[in-house]
Amino acid sequence: MRGGLKLSAHKERATSLPIARATVPAQLFISLSKNAQLLVKHGDQVAIGQALAQDNDLAILASASGTIKAVRTNKQCVVIDNDGRETLHSSIQPIDLSALAPIALRERIELAGIAGLGGAAFPTGTKIRAANERTVSLLLVNAAECEPFIRCDEVLVREQADDVLLGTQALMHACGATQAVIAIENDKSQAIAALHNALSQLANPSIRIHLVDRFYPAGGERQLIKLVTGNEVPSGKIPPDMGVLCQNVGTAVAVAKLVRHGMPLIERVVTVTGNGVNQSKNLLARFGTPIASLIRDCGDYVGRVDRLILGGPMMGVALDSDEHAVNATTNCVIAASGDDLSPRGVEMPCIRCGECAHVCPAYLLPQQLLRFSKQNDRAALLELGLNDCIECGCCDYVCPSQIPLAATFVAAKQTQT
Amino acid sequence: MKFDTAPAPHSISSNTVRRMMFLVLAALVPAIVTHCMWFGSGLAINIVIAIASAIVCEAIVLRLRNKPLPVFLFDGSAVLTAVLLAFALPPLTPWWITASGSAFAILVAKHLYGGLGYNVFNPAMAGYAALLVSFPVLTTRWSLPAGLTPIDLSFTQTLGVIFSGSLPNDLQWDALSGATPLASVRAGLILRSTMDEIHAQNIFGSMSGIGWEWVAFATLIGGVALLFLRVIRWQIPVAMLGSIFLCASLMAALDPGKYSGPLFHLFSGATMLGAFFIATDPVSAATSNRGRLIYGAAIGVLTYAIRAWGGYPDGVAFAVLLMNAAVPLIDRYTVPRIYGHRD
Repeated sequence: MRGGLKLSAHKERATSLPIARATVPAQLFISLSKNAQLLVKHGDQVAIGQALAQDNDLAILASASGTIKAVRTNKQCVVIDNDGRETLHSSIQPIDLSALAPIALRERIELAGIAGLGGAAFPTGTKIRAANERTVSLLLVNAAECEPFIRCDEVLVREQADDVLLGTQALMHACGATQAVIAIENDKSQAIAALHNALSQLANPSIRIHLVDRFYPAGGERQLIKLVTGNEVPSGKIPPDMGVLCQNVGTAVAVAKLVRHGMPLIERVVTVTGNGVNQSKNLLARFGTPIASLIRDCGDYVGRVDRLILGGPMMGVALDSDEHAVNATTNCVIAASGDDLSPRGVEMPCIRCGECAHVCPAYLLPQQLLRFSKQNDRAALLELGLNDCIECGCCDYVCPSQIPLAATFVAAKQTQT
Repeated sequence: MKFDTAPAPHSISSNTVRRMMFLVLAALVPAIVTHCMWFGSGLAINIVIAIASAIVCEAIVLRLRNKPLPVFLFDGSAVLTAVLLAFALPPLTPWWITASGSAFAILVAKHLYGGLGYNVFNPAMAGYAALLVSFPVLTTRWSLPAGLTPIDLSFTQTLGVIFSGSLPNDLQWDALSGATPLASVRAGLILRSTMDEIHAQNIFGSMSGIGWEWVAFATLIGGVALLFLRVIRWQIPVAMLGSIFLCASLMAALDPGKYSGPLFHLFSGATMLGAFFIATDPVSAATSNRGRLIYGAAIGVLTYAIRAWGGYPDGVAFAVLLMNAAVPLIDRYTVPRIYGHRD
């Protein structure tokens, strides 16, 4: 495995405390995808777990019980007035794994609104379907949370290792894998100990723990598969094409909750950290909770916040406001100030030093991609592997000319289609 | 509350172009000091002249091109070009030659091609080559190292020679200057001397020329420091030094009477400067690791070929310029395998 960066983790603040429950606000803002078909209308009563909309395989659910206050199609969101009763929908029933066929389990996962919790929120059912259409032998559970600041997966493994294993077994059942590997970075000693402990009680020889060196982006799907299996995912293919299904560890825990209690995915752990909040916390937050509410749970802002980042410092989005609501992608919120970030300075011309190529985990030549992006030379860009760029930002990090390379490549990818 | 937005990543390293350029300059200090100890203060004076000329030219062009002066004028690139050019010239070169070479490097080789990051040819070497073909005598009148000449010019005398172009009344150029080791080898072979006879002359030291070998050694130290600081990578210097070593070893083994050995070539002329400070200029070098190995090795072979069979005693400058021209071709054929692709 070539490329990647050793980044200082910035994680100390957010790991000492156990996961705390975030306040469930009086109003929740459930985000809808573009193609979602609405199933409710203004004034409807909904219960927790009731479908608000359907997007292909994925159900979008109510994360609190109450009344539909508004359906904002322009902002793609449904507003629920929380009645505070926490009424559960009738569909919430525990699952007996041994009595449920893989396809039926997959359907339950789709109905439970489970999507990847690693950051991309890809529908888990769709991923399993791709695995079912091929032959998958290995389930890779990704607990290599490599971006600085983010700790939600680590604390989840530390506290709920039993559910990690239950979810792993359920996902193996659903996708047909005979082996499972839980990959975790070797500096997360408490989480590793918890996993070992849970695994020794389970005594399932088909599940093993794989420690990977801490570097960024060890947790990138294609990078982790290479680290664990030694093989690369062929360009333009997906991991199930090579017999591997990759799932985030938080997703595995979500599946465990579905099996154990019948609970759909209505909440997730969010790391809230940065010098700009009073106290860093890992909060279990309902989908639809405004980020402002999480900040209040952390004792509010301290001083001036330079940037409010959704996700990590490498790939996260700098939000313009804290009115955005938590959804499946929300792994971390950084209220960054002081020494949290070192933003770029004045952009200089590329001097072709090649440091970007040294750190590129896809083995690309970012310096050449930049040149052809500026010339808008589509053929050269494709030949140099523009579509193999994983947008990790390693090239930006080392660039002495402080060129926004990743953003250039994202834009180039968008204009070519 | 409203917040500022910006594209990811939100944190980057503290490395800058300016930092890299100034580390390269700092790594040249041992070689500059050693050079001044053996050949007098001429180099230091030439460096100041070259920098002044480069900065003035850079400022004028930046203004003409509407580029932000504070960003580019002191990015270190023009200063580095100037220092490398001064290093290539004899210590007592008349000031107007140094100044015009520096101006050519900045105006023609750098900015006519688009400025920082866009120059096809190494500006310092382009400037040097322009001077070498325009003023072949003045740019090859090398001072003798300390110990080989009884004359020790003071700083003010040196300044006087550089700015007046003539020596103090009681001195002759013959007493001050002489052939470099590489030039002596060349001249000796033309006179059909054997290599042993040539190397028995008093200007030769244990590896190459007296004084020259120490300058080369100090350059090597600075270059190794740059490797450890990751300002440069190993591919170009190792490939270039390795190919010179192999060529020289092979030819010296085949005909020891006509060809100098590998250590002589490694520690003579601009070999070390070329390997660590000139060929490694990233803008004009090949850009992939494999490309840099090819690029460095080819510079080594060409340097050796020019020295052994060409028309000039040293060949580093022309070898670098020739390979600069080959960079687009090398880059085209040395794209690394991408993750998930077959070879």
